[in-house]
Amino acid sequence: MSDPAAPPAILLRGLTREFRGRGAPFRALDGVSLEVAPGGIFGIVGRSGAGKSTLLRCVNLLERPDAGTVSVLGREMTALDEAALREARRGIGMVFQHFNLLSARTVAGNIAFPLEIAGIPRAEREARVAELLPLVGLEARRDAYPAQLSGGQKQRVGIARALASRPRVLLCDEATSALDPETTEEILALLRDIRDRLDLTVLLITHEMAVVKAICDRVAVMEAGRVIEQGRVFDVFTRPAHPTTRRFVAEVIGHVVPPGTVARLPAPNAGEERRLLQVLFAGPSSTRAVVSEASRRFGLDLNIVSGRIDAIGAEPYGLMALAAYGPPPAIAEAVDWMRGLGLDVAEIAGEDAA
Amino acid sequence: MIPWLPPALTDLLIEATWQTLLMTFGGAVVAVALGLPLALLLHTTGPDGLSPSTWLNRPLGLLVNAVRSTPFIILMVAIVPFTRLVAGTSIGTTAALVPLSLAATAFIVRLFENALREVDLGVIEAARAMGATRTQIMARVLVPEALPGIIAAITVTLVGLVGYSAMAGAIGGGGLGDLGIRFGYQRFMPEVMATVVGILILFVQGLQSLGDWLVRHFSRR
Repeated sequence: MSDPAAPPAILLRGLTREFRGRGAPFRALDGVSLEVAPGGIFGIVGRSGAGKSTLLRCVNLLERPDAGTVSVLGREMTALDEAALREARRGIGMVFQHFNLLSARTVAGNIAFPLEIAGIPRAEREARVAELLPLVGLEARRDAYPAQLSGGQKQRVGIARALASRPRVLLCDEATSALDPETTEEILALLRDIRDRLDLTVLLITHEMAVVKAICDRVAVMEAGRVIEQGRVFDVFTRPAHPTTRRFVAEVIGHVVPPGTVARLPAPNAGEERRLLQVLFAGPSSTRAVVSEASRRFGLDLNIVSGRIDAIGAEPYGLMALAAYGPPPAIAEAVDWMRGLGLDVAEIAGEDAA
Repeated sequence: MIPWLPPALTDLLIEATWQTLLMTFGGAVVAVALGLPLALLLHTTGPDGLSPSTWLNRPLGLLVNAVRSTPFIILMVAIVPFTRLVAGTSIGTTAALVPLSLAATAFIVRLFENALREVDLGVIEAARAMGATRTQIMARVLVPEALPGIIAAITVTLVGLVGYSAMAGAIGGGGLGDLGIRFGYQRFMPEVMATVVGILILFVQGLQSLGDWLVRHFSRR
């Protein structure tokens, strides 16, 4: 799907945007640079006010950055005049948190709307609508008005509308944040399905790490108008570097050491130590054997504080917290041995470790 | 024709009804024709509009308010030279249409503007994201989405015009109100007054019911 020679689907360089209202100016974007490779789903996650919404709106220049350049599919958006910009926007679909459907138009009328704007003849518009309705599973609701639809159905219309003019880039602005968990699941499945079927690059923003975990391939974490961390979702989830990222990851994965556990752990014997170790297994490997073998080999008592096996995308991983009791050199040797097996071992402080 | 009125008065009543209809609907047609573009202009140049422009928005808003705050009876005589310029005369039903249209336009602009303001900004943003031009946004998003509010505004304006047209007698505009004053009040003919009031009530009721029905018909929210 992605060709290394192809230009990035989205390239942002040094974006700055400040809002001056009453009171102090607010810097929503503080020199953000970001490269989104073609194909796949790229997530931007951050708390509200982190600047992710402004960033997304800068991609199709709904919001014009004070400084910096925006390129989409190799075309520099920030250099275009109004007419060329409108033309370029027709090649970028956008899905909104609150759907933003035209209440006076039916489902079919809403989906056809971007085509009408682009001056596509009626017959062609109707054919395209007929193609899109089954894609989003709304054949039966063709002539319903938005007020007669559920939230999930409205978002399906929003997605079909965004895809109507066959864009190669799709922007999703908190597309599932106004939906209940079950409907969110449904819409995420639809987005995944679309990504697989169409040659599309999806850039989505969300404040929910669960959304990122469910459908994104890559993720960037934003805080205070800056990208603080980015990478493959699997890597960011399993080895978050920035404290904010760790907090985000903990929301989905949970704390490795559940609160209150450390206090309940037995104290080490005289001459021994207690260390908390976080062990990460990427890929399929047996957790049990490692623990019992390390225990035998190095004469340690290993107490499994917590552990889980999960998958991000198609990649399984295991994450375990161990309380190791024994002489310090033996613990160090065990850590080295486990690292030698390809495990990611880190010593963690306690309660607040993610 | 009307058993409790002398035949000559019946003819006058029919003529006056016709004049009222002409002033009401004529005024409303001009008000909509001028008011909708003006309201769109006010809306687009407003602070949250598609192309904010204080130097256009402020003076226009002030002008609209100035017309709105002038009592109609004073507006009618104050703009007599303008009326003569437009209608060729300053007396009669046609002449009365000029101040009526002006007052109704200023009135309806604010109502239209409110209706347009009800349109979700997100929908406008969605249209911009699709690459819609300003004209497309106005014609295909703003007006259709605000249609129920626009119809309600027209209804209110029509009813208001019925009332204003009663004052048109002051410049010889005729109409039901004028008939009621001249015969019912000045010549002590309560049966004429009652008939005039009765016709006006029926007329306003009819307008309101039709307006409400249309609003319901076009409401999809």
